Amino acid sequence: MRECLYAMSYRNDPYDPKQVALLDPAALAEAVATAEAAFAAAANPDELTALRPAHLGDRAPASLARREIGALPPAAKADAGKRVNGARRSIESAYAARAQVLEREQAERMLVEERVDVTLPSDRRPAGARHPVSTLMEQITDFFVGMGYEVAEGPEVELEWTNFDALNILPDHPARGLMDTFHVAPEHSGMVLRTHTSPVQARTMLTRTPPIYVICPGRVYRTDELDATHAPVFHQVEGLVVDRGITMAHLRGTLDHFARAMFGPEARTRFRPHYFPFTEPSAEFDVWFPEHRKGAQWVEWGGCGMVNPRVLRACGIDPEVYSGFAFGMGIDRTVMFRHGVGDMRDLVEGDVRFARAFGYGA
Amino acid sequence: MRVSVSWLREYVDLPAHLTPADLEQSLVGLGLEVESVVDLAGTVTGPLVVGEVREIEELTGFKKPIRFCRVDVGDANGTGELQEIVCGARNFAVGDRVVVILPGGVLPGDFAIGARRTYGRNSKGMICSAKELGLGEDHAGIIVLPGSSPAKPGDDARPVVGLDDVVVEVELTPDRGYQMSVRGIARELSHAFGVPFRDPGLASAPAGTEAPAYPVEVRDPVGCDRFAARMVRGVNPAAPSPAWMVQRLTTAGIRSLSLPVDITNYVMLELGQPMHAFDADRITGSLVVRRAVAGEQLTTLDGVARTLVAEDMVICDAGLPNPNPAAGADAGVPISLAAVMGGESSEVVAETSDVLFEAAHWDPVMVGRTARRHRLFSAAAKRWERGVDPALPLVAIDRAVRLLVEHGGGAAGAEILDIDHVSSPTPVVLPADLPARRVGVAYSPDRVAALLTEVGCTVVTGPDRLAADPGEVGVAAGGAVSFLVTPPTWRPDLTDPADLVEEVVRLDGYDRVPAVLPVAPAGRGLTWQQRRQRAVARMLADRGYVEVLSAPFVAVELADQLGLPADDVRRRAVRLANPLSEEEPALRTTLLGPLLGVLRRNLGRGQRDLALYEIGTVFHPRAEVGTPPAMGVEHRPSDAEFAAADAVLPEQPRHVAVVLAGEVEPGGWWGEGRPAGWADAVEAARTVLAAAGIPADRVAVRAVEHAPWHPGRCAQVVVDDVAVGYAGELHPAVIAELELPRRTAAMELDLDAVPAAPVRQAPVLSSFPPALIDVALVVDVDVPVAEVQGALVAGAGALLESVRLFDVYAGEQLGAGRRSLAYKLTFRAPDRTLTVEEAVAARDAAVACVAERFGATLRGV
Repeated sequence: MRECLYAMSYRNDPYDPKQVALLDPAALAEAVATAEAAFAAAANPDELTALRPAHLGDRAPASLARREIGALPPAAKADAGKRVNGARRSIESAYAARAQVLEREQAERMLVEERVDVTLPSDRRPAGARHPVSTLMEQITDFFVGMGYEVAEGPEVELEWTNFDALNILPDHPARGLMDTFHVAPEHSGMVLRTHTSPVQARTMLTRTPPIYVICPGRVYRTDELDATHAPVFHQVEGLVVDRGITMAHLRGTLDHFARAMFGPEARTRFRPHYFPFTEPSAEFDVWFPEHRKGAQWVEWGGCGMVNPRVLRACGIDPEVYSGFAFGMGIDRTVMFRHGVGDMRDLVEGDVRFARAFGYGA
Repeated sequence: MRVSVSWLREYVDLPAHLTPADLEQSLVGLGLEVESVVDLAGTVTGPLVVGEVREIEELTGFKKPIRFCRVDVGDANGTGELQEIVCGARNFAVGDRVVVILPGGVLPGDFAIGARRTYGRNSKGMICSAKELGLGEDHAGIIVLPGSSPAKPGDDARPVVGLDDVVVEVELTPDRGYQMSVRGIARELSHAFGVPFRDPGLASAPAGTEAPAYPVEVRDPVGCDRFAARMVRGVNPAAPSPAWMVQRLTTAGIRSLSLPVDITNYVMLELGQPMHAFDADRITGSLVVRRAVAGEQLTTLDGVARTLVAEDMVICDAGLPNPNPAAGADAGVPISLAAVMGGESSEVVAETSDVLFEAAHWDPVMVGRTARRHRLFSAAAKRWERGVDPALPLVAIDRAVRLLVEHGGGAAGAEILDIDHVSSPTPVVLPADLPARRVGVAYSPDRVAALLTEVGCTVVTGPDRLAADPGEVGVAAGGAVSFLVTPPTWRPDLTDPADLVEEVVRLDGYDRVPAVLPVAPAGRGLTWQQRRQRAVARMLADRGYVEVLSAPFVAVELADQLGLPADDVRRRAVRLANPLSEEEPALRTTLLGPLLGVLRRNLGRGQRDLALYEIGTVFHPRAEVGTPPAMGVEHRPSDAEFAAADAVLPEQPRHVAVVLAGEVEPGGWWGEGRPAGWADAVEAARTVLAAAGIPADRVAVRAVEHAPWHPGRCAQVVVDDVAVGYAGELHPAVIAELELPRRTAAMELDLDAVPAAPVRQAPVLSSFPPALIDVALVVDVDVPVAEVQGALVAGAGALLESVRLFDVYAGEQLGAGRRSLAYKLTFRAPDRTLTVEEAVAARDAAVACVAERFGATLRGV
């Protein structure tokens, strides 16, 4: 529309030599050549953009030439139109080609100029960490939850009854004494810091009816001074299964399966007869650990056995109908041999360098 | 207990070639804890030979007398000439045969022997003592072979002194006392290797006689259900213990004292029967076996004067008057702490010629208590506690008497005392299929009976069990059969069918138990509390906090150090009766105490920027401290009983806490670091609650004063108007008291008080453009931001999508006590593009509400 208005404001004079000159092939060729030269001289997209009005704007030679066409005799119009449009297309394409080159050059230059040292440290957020005992405990828990077990928990200050009596640890058992067990004051309060997570098993049997498949992770306490291999506070995971027809073979199968999950497909367990008041028969079990820091070997791992019928009875489960197995192992000890921890104090003292070495766990 | 294999071989026909590894494996497989198996043959290398001393030249002029000896070592030195050896010992004479290590030999401890010049002579080898050979602690002199030894000069000395033996050291499980003897271990080995066993405990021994060997009165047959004794008179007090006996005692770690005492120890090791030898001449009257009277005194063999309590059992000399009338008539004076340790006054001494051997059977519970009470864990007490065969006393007495007469001369008295109140073992009814059902191995009834018989049980086939009880019990092969099993006297631990099941699987082999995976019913996964705890733990670790698992033991003074008010519940702590350290007798009531200790430890190790967290239990005792009701174990306690017991336990909520010091964001090439402060602690609280799934609009903080926080920098964290914890900067006084870095910040929440995460409703998302308007409000500085924001939200109405404080400014032009809060308000409608007029109207309503509530004025933005 606007183009049309302009056209009407300028009357074409067919005899104007200048107008004829503008349509001259040589003049058009020169306009193209001038434009191409100017574009080529532009050093960057901005300079190129600045050249556009002079060569492609309304007052540019090729634009002015187009206006002359109307004044030509009809026979000459088609020919002149072709020439003018051809010239204009040449200038347009020269512009576009140059623009592409310059933009590419500029983009490349920018990529070079914006280069940074990506090896600068990227530790702008301080690293947090989980404690390896916590992550291992979760890993073990997840394994058993995956098999359908549920997680049972209980108090750390426990009744002597659940920690000992219900587990067939008789009143005169040496482990109950002040030498081995923290007692809540006064001495005969009937309360202790639990010495194992087994009281959770007792609580589970008291409050649930079989079938029972539970895993009991938690903190436990014994009166050991802290040294390289002992701590007064440590962690255990125990498992308890009470169901009809449960046998020691089921115990073995469960621990073998667990051992493979923890220590790889070559891992397996070995049972040694042992005595625990709460299981009968009882065993200690070792695990074959192929990736031990000091080479593949058997490692003492935990204790296990068939739940003593006396324990079932004290917890209200009929031992004539149900049988069960239980097992337990120290988490801290497992972390120690699995990860080559040389000193138990590292697990207890809370030095951030230790936990950070394990990161977030998995 | 350490014993040599040669001793074991006297009673069990072990394979001739038995490697230490096989021996260890077989013992472990039967449930003995093997400390070590040492083949002594490997402990001394090189030429160790018998030598005969031919000449002794006494060298003088040195600090101590030295002997230059010429010793016939046969052809062992390659020349047949006499070996010249310098020796510092003097307990030998010309003609004695000794043990010589020649140059090239190596003694235990990598002690290599060579030819060397010493005391002005050439010494080519060494004459050895037992200690040097690793055979014991006796360093008093060199080994002189007894005259009866057939060894010739030049012979290998190893077999002569027992260095061809293998020594086994075992720890025992608490239930099998019989294994603490050669008798017991030999029996176990006979099971392991399937070889014959001759039980020395079943050797025939003369029975008790009418006339007592010595007058004895047992006043408490519960504490002492058997008491046997026999006299040997006219023993040669100077008679030495035979070398083999001393050798075996030494191996077991028992010092040789005198022949009668050595014999009691020897018999204890061999049979498992602890014994005592009295000097009959040092007892004045009859013996009375009774409970002690509280306060009675006795000096035991270890020289310790002990005050007895009424539960201890004592053997008394009735010839001595008891000054305490409470002891009763003819109570006598204690001369032995029964079953645990003898007394000084009646012990065998150098002149003893009349020896009274005593072998009794004591109540294991009594012995255990007495041993613990007096901290006297003697070899005897350990055996009593684990159970000693009550059938042994006469066998043991006979063995001891024969040994004494053989090696010490004298005459055995014809009278044998045997006061016997022992009840015979109770038979156990064992369904023949129970082992198969419990273990998962198809043991036949015959196999079960055979294995139990091997253990020493008497097995008879009992009544048809199914006829009596055809109920629930599953039936495996032979299920109808039940056995009546009478355990042997040495197995007081076999009282239940389950005990017999263990014997079956133990002897058949634990390694024969197959692996079968049971299938659990479908579980319900983790509880929401368990999932929440994990989420919180991971979130804090992700936010840069390092997890700590600290011990919950704290000092009582901690409450003062934290500045807790007198009535603060955290001052009431659970106390331990026997803390590891008297300085930390209490259990934590806040996680902060131990956690700040860990912070300090890390600072001490050179860390500066620290962010720690812990999730753990705190302990609050119940107001009414009672004791739980007594509950038996014969049956389940009632729900009411158990609830009453449980109600006594302290409250043990699970808390989460963080502590921060130094920079929470480190400085670096990107710019300055940012120091940790109160706001990080508050943010940690919000982080925890977000991880716990609590929507932010249900969480609020209020300024409160609460120890141990800075009174002006403490936020109470509230969920639904319930306080769940506190966060902020610690009180400067607490920081100074605990020697923490300035501006240390902390947060502690009671996770158990945080409600369950709701099921959240999805928001309606508008796709129309928002209208953003900034406002700056000038209010008094003591108007909390949270309230200003609350007023903005209340006033703005439904069109307000979000509000964010982006600047806080205080300056002179605002006037004293005023500050400017700059907010970015985002308005949006669900169904249309807001017009400018609508947005401005909402903004004005919001501002008006703040102006009305807090006198806020709008500041030009």
